[in-house]
Amino acid sequence: MLALIPLFPLLGFAINASMGRRLPKGVSGGLASLVMLASFAVSVMVVWQLVNLAPPQRVIEQTLYTWIASGDFVLDLTLRVDPLAAVMILVITGIGSLIHIYSTAYMHEESGPEYARYFSYLNLFAFFMLVLVLGANFLVLFVGWEGVGLCSYLLIGFWFEKKSAADAGKKAFVVNRIGDYAFILGTLLLYVRFGSLDFQRIASAVAPLAPESTFSTLSLATLLLFIGATGKSAQIPLYVWLPDAMEGPTPVSALIHAATMVTAGVYMIGRNAVLFSHAPETMAVVAVIGAATALMAGTIGLVQNDIKRVLAYSTVSQLGYMFLAMGVGAFGAGIFHLYTHAFFKACLFLGSGAVIHALHGEQDIRNMGGLKAGLPITYWTFLIGSLAIAGVPGLAGFFSKDEILFETFAHGHTILWTIGILTSLLTATYMFRLVFLTFHGERRHEAPAPEHAAEEEPTAHGVDAAQPSHQLHPHHSHLHDAPPAMALALVVLALGSVLAGYLGIPHALGGGNAIGNWLAPSFSARSVTTLATGQVAEAGQEAGETVGGERGLELSLMVVSSIVALVGIALAAFIWLKRREIADRIAAAFPGVYRLLLNKYYVDEVYDATLVQPIRIVSQEGLWRGVDVHIIDGAVNGTASVIDGSSSLLRRLQSGSVRAYAGSLFIGVVLILGYYLWR
Amino acid sequence: MIPLSHYLVVSAIMFAIGTAGVFLRRNLITILLSIEIMLNAVNLSFVAFGRSQGTVDGQIITFFVMTVAAAEAAVGLAIVIALFRHRESLNPDAFTSLKW
Repeated sequence: MLALIPLFPLLGFAINASMGRRLPKGVSGGLASLVMLASFAVSVMVVWQLVNLAPPQRVIEQTLYTWIASGDFVLDLTLRVDPLAAVMILVITGIGSLIHIYSTAYMHEESGPEYARYFSYLNLFAFFMLVLVLGANFLVLFVGWEGVGLCSYLLIGFWFEKKSAADAGKKAFVVNRIGDYAFILGTLLLYVRFGSLDFQRIASAVAPLAPESTFSTLSLATLLLFIGATGKSAQIPLYVWLPDAMEGPTPVSALIHAATMVTAGVYMIGRNAVLFSHAPETMAVVAVIGAATALMAGTIGLVQNDIKRVLAYSTVSQLGYMFLAMGVGAFGAGIFHLYTHAFFKACLFLGSGAVIHALHGEQDIRNMGGLKAGLPITYWTFLIGSLAIAGVPGLAGFFSKDEILFETFAHGHTILWTIGILTSLLTATYMFRLVFLTFHGERRHEAPAPEHAAEEEPTAHGVDAAQPSHQLHPHHSHLHDAPPAMALALVVLALGSVLAGYLGIPHALGGGNAIGNWLAPSFSARSVTTLATGQVAEAGQEAGETVGGERGLELSLMVVSSIVALVGIALAAFIWLKRREIADRIAAAFPGVYRLLLNKYYVDEVYDATLVQPIRIVSQEGLWRGVDVHIIDGAVNGTASVIDGSSSLLRRLQSGSVRAYAGSLFIGVVLILGYYLWR
Repeated sequence: MIPLSHYLVVSAIMFAIGTAGVFLRRNLITILLSIEIMLNAVNLSFVAFGRSQGTVDGQIITFFVMTVAAAEAAVGLAIVIALFRHRESLNPDAFTSLKW
């Protein structure tokens, strides 16, 4: 039963990859969507089984076969669903299905074989992602972890004839490899320490230990795992690939680079919550990195002009929130935000896809504006998504973000809370800048704006040069709103953006924080049943205390963050709706800051100068021209020339004189015989 | 009875003559004849050893050597004739085209 969940997408992949080019588009796209829906149906059934179990027993396990048996090391290919994995599989198959359906319309301009290739990649991605979240040990998780990286590479570079897309794919792959390397090291370290790779076994081995007070094995192992997570989930310092990943088709950005794959790092920490909470040093690093990433990406998002790049930085920023939650020990809050974020960020990405689709490839928001009338469905769903991500009370983002901020404050991390609330302001502002510049006002064609010509980032020129066709179209005549398949996905996701949060109404508002309680067993060691129930009870008790003691605090923090969200929206409305010249004036007043943000803090340039170029030079001049050409080729050529030289000496012996040969033969015989006779 | 050492001395002298012939003569046919002398020197010592040991082994091996020598002489002469047709010379120093 459990194995069916990943196997359905794998079946879709196999069919589309092998026969896709001969199938009509409707069949290949429909098949891909159908297998996702089937997988979703099975997931719902599995989760329903899970719900009917008592909370401490909520685990369904299926061992497919023994994968590796080598001496003492035995590893089973085991799939396991617990409350955490249940949330993940519902998100992946549910939102995944919607995005597949959306894609059938979005990609309709591709030729048949390309269309099938796209859907085969998308199905393959879903398969690996499901393996990632269902795997019961580190190695199965790692298979999924690498697989989604591969699919991400393939899909970012889907339009590989375009150099920027091919480069972005390679960049994503290489940056991810760096993280994956650390991940492998962390896994090996855990195996050495605990002799097992199974999550539950490691958790129950760790549970009785005291948290590490100094930096030692557990801290090192978790830190290495976290480095892996920074690669996959686009955190400082390995976040640089995600904005470039927007070269891929927009539904891919929605599925892989917003809703599912990039949350794999958060999931991985949640999966090893017991382990991580025994390494306070790592937890501090996680929290600080998360907060720093959230703030930094938020500031960059404020000035970007590409609609998808703004969303990409917004994703990085929201992932930072999730890691902040993980780092302060609020695992439930982090996963809750992961789950709500999947809805509204997928909604926003698909909305931006609908805009790009309507404008025939235009992505620069300076060339948009006034699209509200022409694209009503897109506008309203995008608006709902923006309200949700901004944290307006009553929508999904409000509950989850508030939970994170409250937990951060309650755990005593006041500085991190301040950064979080500041990021929240930024989030509201840049999201509504996007909404207002895209949908409100008049239709514009001002990229590159003359007054900014000197500060134009090169990519904006590239986009313009690559998309000259839209200039030929009369302004409003060709606007067509999302076709039915796209509209369906948008509307469902917008509904989700409103409703998803009600699973986790905090105690302070009279709710039960249902999702928090649901997830709690996943964050404790469960193998010793009594211990697990004890901890669950403890968790419940803790929550109970929250109701009593900190209700006032939570409410006031909630008010603060709501006000911040509304202020952010108002600020955006004032600047970009009423007085657009203010934005230019601010930019002109702080040219240094503006340029710094526009160029993304020059992080790419710094990496290029400090890492990429030195590696290039070392590889090219040292390893290639030095080691390969001189040492390796030198050894081969040297062997040959030594033989050549010694033979040219030896060949002088071949004089051609028969008597000389006979003489040497004779002397040789005499010498040998003489030796044996007189020795 | 003539002692073994006498035979061996004769054999050594014949062998030395043959060797000297191989080295000193400039005619391929003479060189072949010198080789025959060396072979017969060896045959003589074999037979002498066989006689002094009281076995037939020396004589048997001598028959083999004679057979091989006959074959060698036939092949050698054939080669010499072929070479002579090619170069109009029997001087071994004329045949150096296999030299590098």
